[in-house]
Amino acid sequence: MTAPIIRIKELDKSFGTLRVLDGLSFDVMPGEKLALIGPSGSGKTTILRILMTLETISGGHIEVCGEQLYHMQRNGREVPADAAHLHHMRRHIGMVFQHFNLFPHKSVLDNITLAPMLTKAEPRARAEARAMELLEMVGLADKARAMPSQLSGGQKQRVAIARALALQPRIMLFDEVTSALDPELVEEVLLVMKRLAAETDMTMLLVTHEMGFAHEFADRVLFFDKGRIVEQGPPDQIFRNPEHERTQTFLRKIIAAGHRV
Amino acid sequence: MADWSGYLNLILQGALVTAQLTIYGSALALVAAFLAGMGRLAPWRAVRWLSTLYIEFFRGTSIYVQLFWAYFVLPFMGITLSPLAAGILALGLNVGAYAAEVVRGAILSVPRDQYEATVALNLTGAQRMRHVIVPQALPLMLPTFGNNAIELLKATAVVSLISLTDMTFQAQIVRAQTGNTLIPFAMILILYFAMALLISAGMRSLERRMTRGLDGVR
Repeated sequence: MTAPIIRIKELDKSFGTLRVLDGLSFDVMPGEKLALIGPSGSGKTTILRILMTLETISGGHIEVCGEQLYHMQRNGREVPADAAHLHHMRRHIGMVFQHFNLFPHKSVLDNITLAPMLTKAEPRARAEARAMELLEMVGLADKARAMPSQLSGGQKQRVAIARALALQPRIMLFDEVTSALDPELVEEVLLVMKRLAAETDMTMLLVTHEMGFAHEFADRVLFFDKGRIVEQGPPDQIFRNPEHERTQTFLRKIIAAGHRV
Repeated sequence: MADWSGYLNLILQGALVTAQLTIYGSALALVAAFLAGMGRLAPWRAVRWLSTLYIEFFRGTSIYVQLFWAYFVLPFMGITLSPLAAGILALGLNVGAYAAEVVRGAILSVPRDQYEATVALNLTGAQRMRHVIVPQALPLMLPTFGNNAIELLKATAVVSLISLTDMTFQAQIVRAQTGNTLIPFAMILILYFAMALLISAGMRSLERRMTRGLDGVR
């Protein structure tokens, strides 16, 4: 029996009076590919942002790789994590954003090598060699010297994936990574992610509106509504045979909007 | 007319002093601006408070008074400065207080996306500033820094009050000795203007170099 790589227990998150996550609990096993789906405002993106420590939590506990993410022990008491602890924990986790968030003043290659050189003190030559391998993998080796402004949206997102992979995190978070792309550019990004899922044993959490892709990619699908998990299970069950009425309604709407399942 | 070459020479020597004050004053202003501007964004309350105090005090009091303090009052506290050093100190700290707000504003205007990317890549606060935020904020600061430098250049005229022989001081000497007002003052007018143009041109070329490759959308 292996232990879960992520354990979320009784997680609460409120923005002011708005309750976004409501006593949420679930585990993720190492290597698992998880798709988080649900209507907008259901809290799925917030979960990724909390795991990346971009938000604070209002209550509950999260364990990542066997350690508390937002808490630490001091003098035998549990206290909120300080900056050093968060820094220590973040090395397990990487994230790809909806809007790529590449550094516009740095070349593609420098975007990828920056973090390994700074946070792991990798020598430039090694960081660049590794970056070229990653660019090869995402099909952009010829763009190493380009600036982000010279790339298409799909290319930017593939660079962003390579950049997150350069730190070799054990957990990767994908936050609606194709939502900002023109439809004809979606496929190239999904292809890269499929390869990644097939070729690595990284744990992946994916927030998406691409139901067809979620179906193909995920080992398990979690359907969220109003900050809670309404239903979860293997993709075939959730997409072909959802039990819950809210899941059915959501999937009907998505299909009506022209998304494949 | 032979006399005039000597008088013109005097004004040119004054121009050199003005240039020195401008260059050293701007350098000090730049350092003060970054310290106080980033200080106002620091996670430590004491640093934020000190930075705010500096900015408000130097923006809120007259450059004349600051100059007099630097030259006439500091000696009573055991700090005696040469007129040039006092001038550079007062001008640099005064303009630095304005420029500090420019630094702060530019840093805050770098999109939040960029900050979040540095968190996801696990950079430390200092690495984030140095490699990601400040390089993108700098091009936004430059046009206003150009204004600040020109303001500083023009403010250098006040140092004649502490007997520093800058351009304006020399022009008054020439006027007193020759009785001619037009020539010395026309000359320093042109010289101030030429120096300001030089600053503008320098800033523009710096800006061009720094924004190369940056997204036009920002």
